[in-house]
Amino acid sequence: MELAAAPAWRTNLATIAALMARAKNELVRVPGAAIPGVLAPTIFFLGLNGVFGALTQLQGFETGSYESFIVPVSMLQGAGFTGAAAGVNLARDYEQGWVDRLLVSPAPRWVLLAGNVLAASARSLIPATFVLVIAFVIGAEWPGLDGLVICYLMVAATAAVAACWGSMLALRFKSQSAAPLMQAGMMALILFTPAYAPLALLQPWLEKVANVNPLTNVLEAARQGFVGSVTWADTWPGFVALAGLLALLGSLALREMRRTNV
Amino acid sequence: MSDLAKSARVVRALGARSIRQTFRRPQLLAPIVVFPTLLLAIQTGGAGASIELPGFPPVQSFLQFMLAGSMMQSMMLAGNSGGIAFAVDIEMGFTDRLFAAPIPRFAIVLGRLAGTAALGLFASLWFLAIGLVFGAEIEGGVPGALLAIVLITASALAVGGIGAAIALRTGSASVVQGLFPLVLVVLFLSSAFFPQELMIEPAKTIAKYNPLSFIVEGVREPIISGIDATQTLEAVAAIAGIVILGLVLSSRALKHRLRVG
Repeated sequence: MELAAAPAWRTNLATIAALMARAKNELVRVPGAAIPGVLAPTIFFLGLNGVFGALTQLQGFETGSYESFIVPVSMLQGAGFTGAAAGVNLARDYEQGWVDRLLVSPAPRWVLLAGNVLAASARSLIPATFVLVIAFVIGAEWPGLDGLVICYLMVAATAAVAACWGSMLALRFKSQSAAPLMQAGMMALILFTPAYAPLALLQPWLEKVANVNPLTNVLEAARQGFVGSVTWADTWPGFVALAGLLALLGSLALREMRRTNV
Repeated sequence: MSDLAKSARVVRALGARSIRQTFRRPQLLAPIVVFPTLLLAIQTGGAGASIELPGFPPVQSFLQFMLAGSMMQSMMLAGNSGGIAFAVDIEMGFTDRLFAAPIPRFAIVLGRLAGTAALGLFASLWFLAIGLVFGAEIEGGVPGALLAIVLITASALAVGGIGAAIALRTGSASVVQGLFPLVLVVLFLSSAFFPQELMIEPAKTIAKYNPLSFIVEGVREPIISGIDATQTLEAVAAIAGIVILGLVLSSRALKHRLRVG
């Protein structure tokens, strides 16, 4: 008697869950490895707040609380670091032969990629929450439940974008040496936005860059609850930008995954 | 050949090796060049309007003000990268082979520090070039630029001493790498990126006593207004303090390394 094979979707989901569990185990077994990813955005948050806090005195600044203004930037930065780290870990797995073993498995390539990307997305909530708690302690304003949910969605999706970017580079260069490119790329994408000051107060060249940078919409959506009220007009561009980035970088990462030979 | 000349040859060879190592490995070069340059662009573009704040020192542009901070950041990260590379050498047994060679032990550490100082020199030239290309003026002229270069190179040597001491003591690249966030903390708690008077508490008070603030002001002054003897001397004193601390720590760590092998 032949056993009925499990439906493909269920097998794929189980594979993604297993890959996410592996990432979680890494975190539980080597908690120290997560510290830099949590520390870096926290230090940036506290540092930027202490250094540039006086910027709120400039005419045209939309809030008097710099910690409220900067906290979404640091949360997105944490997501960027976490996503890039997923790329570095993939490169390490390739160097150690683990990716080869995954590639000879019957799991579809997109499932292998999805496991890595979703794990990064889930992991990004740790630095985001840590930074947010610190921000509340030092006086950041409550963004409202809707503002908070939108902010977390932006963080998780940004981590997924960063993980696609990191995975693409990891599979292209097949070496952890590409780590600076993964991190610098995300850092540039997140910070070439109205990260430090509102658009109107940026230098003209950065204002132009920020206007075409899709992450500006993401940051504005994540920030809206912290500096004012939540509106649909400030929310949907963020989701569209992230969907576009995910489609673009996800397909490029998948292409690299398909090109990777055992 | 005299003993001194022999030691100088060793220092030169090891220094050249450490520079080549940095330029061959993007992981080591990126923190020295890529990240500080990116941050300089972002902070200049993002916080450029801050020069209109009451109390901001008179400057031609925020880029001119920021150059010293970027040089400091790059120099500090060069010291950290030097420490990481030194620890990798210890992990891989290269340092053990040097210890077994008929060369003075201090030359091994000095060789690494010479490489770090050269990277500090490179960082100062890189950021001065960026400043000049994007229109920042060096108010102190050529002597001012030279003073900034000398102070940054000497600071790299000083900070590299602490990185080398930690590498020798721990023998672990990941421990030295773990100091990266600390480098950022020390930088943020100095006047590297903003005038100390305009920072908010407690960063303002900490920056007032942070030795890095004295160095950065010594480097900044020739760029934004001209050479100032008092600030230069304060910067030299701060560098001397870090050099002495690095020497003491390195000497103790070297003894420890030789004892434990």
